[in-house]
Amino acid sequence: MRSNDDFLSKKIVPGVEGDEIEVDPIRDYYCDAVPQVSREYKRAYPSIIDRFKNWARSESIWILAYGSGCGAIEMRPLMTPKYDAYQYGIQWRPTPRQANLLMVSGYLSLKTLRIVIRAYEQMPSPKYVMGLGSCTINGGMYYDSYNTINRLDYYLPVDVYVAGCMPRPESLLDGLELLKKLIREGKGHGADIYAEKFEWYKANQKKILKSWNMPDYSW
Amino acid sequence: MQQILDALKQSVMIEDVRKQRDDLVFITVSEAQAVSAITHLRDRANFTHLVILTAVDWLEEGLFQLTYLLNNPAEKKDIGVRVMIDREKAQMESIHHLWPAAATYQRELREMFGISFPGSPRLNETFILDEGWDGPPPYRRDFDTLKYSEETYFPRPGRSTNDPAEYMKSMLYPEVDND
Repeated sequence: MRSNDDFLSKKIVPGVEGDEIEVDPIRDYYCDAVPQVSREYKRAYPSIIDRFKNWARSESIWILAYGSGCGAIEMRPLMTPKYDAYQYGIQWRPTPRQANLLMVSGYLSLKTLRIVIRAYEQMPSPKYVMGLGSCTINGGMYYDSYNTINRLDYYLPVDVYVAGCMPRPESLLDGLELLKKLIREGKGHGADIYAEKFEWYKANQKKILKSWNMPDYSW
Repeated sequence: MQQILDALKQSVMIEDVRKQRDDLVFITVSEAQAVSAITHLRDRANFTHLVILTAVDWLEEGLFQLTYLLNNPAEKKDIGVRVMIDREKAQMESIHHLWPAAATYQRELREMFGISFPGSPRLNETFILDEGWDGPPPYRRDFDTLKYSEETYFPRPGRSTNDPAEYMKSMLYPEVDND
């Protein structure tokens, strides 16, 4: 594994025209600025514009198509004609930059947790997290494993949990409806809670990812 | 198969033979003679393919059992060579000079069981547990994974376990006294 220093230190890379470009990965590839709480979150009451935005957001949930565990298999019938989640404004996107809902589908080992954290931090705000299955709630059948996490809400702000092992597409749709309701009511503030308790989340993440070789916040 | 074993017995002391099928036999050899037995099987008996190298932790006996499963692709035969090694010392001769791929198995055994194979390439580099693992080798049976998980991964309280048979009885026949 690459060490932290040579991965993030300044280096000179050859350019297209034979020139040399100095690259500072921390500044050029990542952003190490700490996330900020949004203005909407600070307001006591949502304004009319906020309500309109919340309605619009609730009707266009774009999911990052990333399956960490066995629950990913339940998303295929959900997106294909049998359950057809597209008719509810839900669709799957190939990159975190285009998504606003991260579905953590099942158990997370340490390796996948690292990737999930990076994917979450690359998603633009406002963003939501849904935990599928008992593995994300309390560890499920992997509760005594030496390298799978027990509860997701210590590492990422979870908006909705869907219980089951694995939840069927019907319950996934129900969870998505609940998430839409929460967003419409102005309670979809996962990204703001993450920004507010950023140090607590980072401490929990770093407690188990002991070889932390990425910037603290990368988007 | 018997001919192969007879030929092997000329040079190696076989402690135990267990015939699983006509084309699958497990033999147990001593630690000192294991590599010469495997070399004999590879070079003389055409067992040219190393299927797997794996270990079993016999905690109560204080032993590790290594199993080298070899395959003869021409005659479609398998032979498993079992070696019992001391659990405290946990060291075995490397066979990466016979099959380069064995180095990968040996790295895995080094990491998960703590068995050392001196001379094997890249043996002490991290392989699977690359998130800064600092506990003991996790596949050893004296490693308490539940305790480690509870100390590390923030367990959610309120977890309960039911005996499935008792639970189904009480659900299906609530009027019957289940005691």
